[in-house]
Amino acid sequence: MEATIALSLDLKGLSCPLPIAKTAQAIRGLQPGELLEVLATDPGSVPDFQAWSRSTGNSLLEQTEDAGVFRFVIKKKES
Amino acid sequence: MSVAVVEKPAVKPVAAEPQGGDRVVLISCSGDLEKVWATYIIATTAAAMGKDVMIFHTFWGFLPLVRDDVGTFGQNWMQKMMSRMNHGGISHMKLSQMNFGGVGKAMMMRLAKDKHDASPRELQQMARDLGVRLVPCQMSMDLMGITKDDLIEGVEAPVGAASMLAEAQGAITLFI
Repeated sequence: MEATIALSLDLKGLSCPLPIAKTAQAIRGLQPGELLEVLATDPGSVPDFQAWSRSTGNSLLEQTEDAGVFRFVIKKKES
Repeated sequence: MSVAVVEKPAVKPVAAEPQGGDRVVLISCSGDLEKVWATYIIATTAAAMGKDVMIFHTFWGFLPLVRDDVGTFGQNWMQKMMSRMNHGGISHMKLSQMNFGGVGKAMMMRLAKDKHDASPRELQQMARDLGVRLVPCQMSMDLMGITKDDLIEGVEAPVGAASMLAEAQGAITLFI
């Protein structure tokens, strides 16, 4: 069963550091365990989201690419 | 004769020892556009990564804390003259190379806009939203005759080098 996305962010066209910075701002509004979906086109966001996830403890559940658009599904860490 | 009261130092739990990765101290010493820009890119990213970030603004690196609409600052003619030649305000920074009287800068800003890169001013706002602490150097402020009224909102009280060094202990520290 797929968990429900609590919030989706369209960050297509933005480049470093905006995808990460805006994601960090948005995830503040979520409850622990809720899912955040992020769409981005910055190729640098792929390693950056992995590093951000490792560093903050918010897990990167999914990472896919479709026609140049990267989709990340992040689960906010339990506090 | 005065007697110093010595307080027993609190016992530090070993587990709470900073790993050098929880806090970031950036020393903004340059008013060059590209360095100010990089400073705020690193600051916003570090804050986004959950780190406690402080930027210590000193010498020309102080100027990004001045409001864009402050034309002249300073109390005496030398400070005023300096402020005319070296404008304060994060939107008025110049490139260290290839500025070409502002043409190079205009091209750089245009390219950044086309690429949807955030401008230094936008990043500064974002840094504040993400809880980055903007700290002015007291000595630079006095040297240039800058008053609190010349500063942007959300700037902390000015401090000296000792306060910055105390913050820098055990933190990732970059001098930019």
